Amino acid sequence: MAVLSCLGLLVLVGSAAAFLIWAERKIAGRIQDRYGPTRVGGRFGWLQSVADGIKILGKEDIIPASGDRLLFRLAPYLAFVAAFSWYIALPFSDRLVVARTDIAALFVVAVAGLEVYAILLGGYASGGKWSLIGGMRETVQVISYEIPLTLGAIIPVVLTGSMDLVAVGEAQKGGFWNWYIFHNPFAFLGFWVFVTAAAASLNRAPFDLPEAESELVSGYMTEYSGFRWAAFMLSEYIAIFAMCLLTAVLFLGAWHMPLPIFEWFGWKSGNSYLHYWMSHIFEAAIVATKALFGAMVLMWARWSLPRLRIDQVMIVCLKYCLPLGALAFIGCLLWQTLFPGGIFSAVINF
Amino acid sequence: MAKQQSILPAEQWESFDIQTEELLVNMGPQHPSTHGVLRLVLRTRGETVLELTPFIGYLHRCAEKIGENVSAQQWIPYTDRLDYLAAMNMNLGWALTVEKLLGMTVPERGRHLRVALVELDRIASHLVAVGTYALDLGNFTPFMYCFREREKILNLFEQISGARLTFSFIVAGGVRADAPAGWVEACREFLDQLPTTLSQVHHLLSTNAIFVRRTAGIGVLTKELAIGYGCSGPVLRASGVQWDLRRHGEPIYTSLYEDYHFEIAAPNPSGRYPPAEELPLPPPEAVVGDCWHRYFVRMYEIHQAAKLVRQALEKYEDSGGPVGSPIKHTHKLPKGEAYLETECPRGQMGFFVVGRDSPVPWRVRARSSSFCNLSVLPELCRGAFIADVPAILGSLDIVLGEVDR
Amino acid sequence: MRDVTQIFHKLSERFAEKIVRLETQNVDPWIEVESTSIALVGFFLRDEADLLFRMLNCITAVDYPPSKIPDETNDWGRLELIYHLTSLDYGSRLVLKVVLPRWKDNVPGRLPEVPTVSPVWPTATWHEREIFDLMGVYFVGHPDLRRILCPEDWEGHPLRKDYEMPREYHGIPLK
Repeated sequence: MAVLSCLGLLVLVGSAAAFLIWAERKIAGRIQDRYGPTRVGGRFGWLQSVADGIKILGKEDIIPASGDRLLFRLAPYLAFVAAFSWYIALPFSDRLVVARTDIAALFVVAVAGLEVYAILLGGYASGGKWSLIGGMRETVQVISYEIPLTLGAIIPVVLTGSMDLVAVGEAQKGGFWNWYIFHNPFAFLGFWVFVTAAAASLNRAPFDLPEAESELVSGYMTEYSGFRWAAFMLSEYIAIFAMCLLTAVLFLGAWHMPLPIFEWFGWKSGNSYLHYWMSHIFEAAIVATKALFGAMVLMWARWSLPRLRIDQVMIVCLKYCLPLGALAFIGCLLWQTLFPGGIFSAVINF
Repeated sequence: MAKQQSILPAEQWESFDIQTEELLVNMGPQHPSTHGVLRLVLRTRGETVLELTPFIGYLHRCAEKIGENVSAQQWIPYTDRLDYLAAMNMNLGWALTVEKLLGMTVPERGRHLRVALVELDRIASHLVAVGTYALDLGNFTPFMYCFREREKILNLFEQISGARLTFSFIVAGGVRADAPAGWVEACREFLDQLPTTLSQVHHLLSTNAIFVRRTAGIGVLTKELAIGYGCSGPVLRASGVQWDLRRHGEPIYTSLYEDYHFEIAAPNPSGRYPPAEELPLPPPEAVVGDCWHRYFVRMYEIHQAAKLVRQALEKYEDSGGPVGSPIKHTHKLPKGEAYLETECPRGQMGFFVVGRDSPVPWRVRARSSSFCNLSVLPELCRGAFIADVPAILGSLDIVLGEVDR
Repeated sequence: MRDVTQIFHKLSERFAEKIVRLETQNVDPWIEVESTSIALVGFFLRDEADLLFRMLNCITAVDYPPSKIPDETNDWGRLELIYHLTSLDYGSRLVLKVVLPRWKDNVPGRLPEVPTVSPVWPTATWHEREIFDLMGVYFVGHPDLRRILCPEDWEGHPLRKDYEMPREYHGIPLK
């Protein structure tokens, strides 16, 4: 069963990444007053990612002579595994989860840091100075942003009283006023800290320094070509989707509709086998939609903002994200002690 | 004052717990942000640049030597290839230099057509500068907007000259041909829709918080340094020097612009510009002479150049007569030496010609504005971050065709 | 001070016989300066309160080999260095000229020498490198006199009129 669900997940996540790559090109095109891909697959160029994949597989595979052959080959797979292992603990609904564990939140945050190894290895094994600088930037940036990321992720955990992501999702049931983003002002602040840190740890603009095109020439990816490059690229988008999924689960009501229409009409109380699965697939679609919306916001930022400088990235982390994250965390602790149940129920009860 | 980073003296570096080694890295000659085949050797410590040495010459095409072997008129196509982003301005510079040596004047209609063409090319060139500058700072979108507008200008040039990049259109004696029917209207149409794009660019760059943080106070070029290094054009003006050859040049050049109205795009000591169209105010972080002002001077000049094109088109339509006729290839250059600088988009482009009673000049010299502007780069980059190097280099806006000639 | 005659008199007062002559027949009038004192004249022009030629626009070298100039009496030919200056404060322009022998002591291969003006105008650093590279003039006191446009191991000075293109460069045929 675990193997089957892993395989299913691989297909799902792979196609989500392919979709995101296509969507990024399309959205970038629209932002820049052009069309983006239009030809492949008839309309809208919807098969563009497949065409890209075929092209990439046909490329010559080059390993630089000055590089470390073993580590150079290892790095892309490590990146892929790191990005994919998120999904082991990420729930799509209260049943659709590969491995439901009590420490899912901890696991996910820990796995988020794994990508550093892949990128540092890639940068180091390429044997080029620019690649090495790219890898070092990645290390500095991701490790620094782990802290505000964790501070943000811990808020829903505190509010739920459980590290189980399924429990976190279920606790936000029953309408958008129960979502943790609107739980209290501190959680709202924590959400933005989390999103900023998430964008930074994903190397998305404006924090895309490790692959800064203009100065580092794609950083750690410079020397990669063909399938290895594709593995890096794919894992980047897989990680984006995973991070957006995590954000949706932690703060944006997980697999629950903004308004509890199901509960109002009593659709969820059906007992047939078909009904059971349909409702879970529908819930998975909801959380995926939320995640895709998050990914779109990341793309929007990427195509309209310039890039920060490395010291500015660190200032954003250490001077703003970290204190604000700590404030949000402590505030949530106090809030939970004083008025458990969120701002809306507090107002109603008052 | 300037927020420029200072390099720590060696003993202070020693006091850090973690020691880093100095790294010698090569930026270029194949590198996306060196805008061509420029090679910069950086001596870095961590992310700090201790020393920067430019190496040029990768695009050296012996333009001056060729000029000694062809007649003055035949050298016009070679001037196109100096600053290929502003070929009209290059043509005009050489044409005026030859005219200065010959003591020629161009009829009024040709004069106004020349102004319209060079100012259009100034817009096109500055659009490339601004667009690629955004690209250097990691923002791709303004680049697309700017190149779309430039494309429209190139279409206009194609209509009038048949070429899109290397026009060879303004020649000694006048211009090659009169404008085709409908060209003036097409220009006006272009100018009418230009402000929309410019306001988008202002929105995405001039006032964007990240853009301001990446450029304001970075690479501050003082007035004295700028003048000493022979910087010119937007680079000089951004340092607060009120100097524009269209107003302060030699009579043969300023007479082109004598009845035109425009503002010199230079900030006053407090960083304010002469009031013009609805332009955003400089951010408080910006220091006169920094990257932000160098960028903004170009944006300001686009607005001014658009105004100049409108005036030129009006005057061109009102004036009758010929547009001048090109001199023949066999036209003899008299004995003598003439030097003339014109205000090109990248600065003062000077041409020097030595005639000796022959159609072929004895010596041709091109004084390149990018060459001088680039020579100040090591001064600006000392102590900056690696990420600032593209920001500073992009704000100098060099064209390697002109640096290497 | 905008008038070239006035500037010439002022310079003559200060530097006496070092200022050789004033040529006004040309389109751009120029003042010829003795080669050894160009840097001193430069400092004077830059710093004197009513001159302030703070910007050096361009340095040009022109080669006049002996055989090709019929009206040239000097058998050895000459090299001319032309300095174009601008005063941003007064809006005036000035052309200085320095005449050099084509070869030092008329020994072919020994580069003629002239003091550098790079301490006066930093921009001269690159202009002089270019002239050293293409025209073969040695600038005494220059901080970093290397080739700039040609490769460092290039031979000869291509803008000289008697320059012959080498047949090959590192095995790359050039002709």
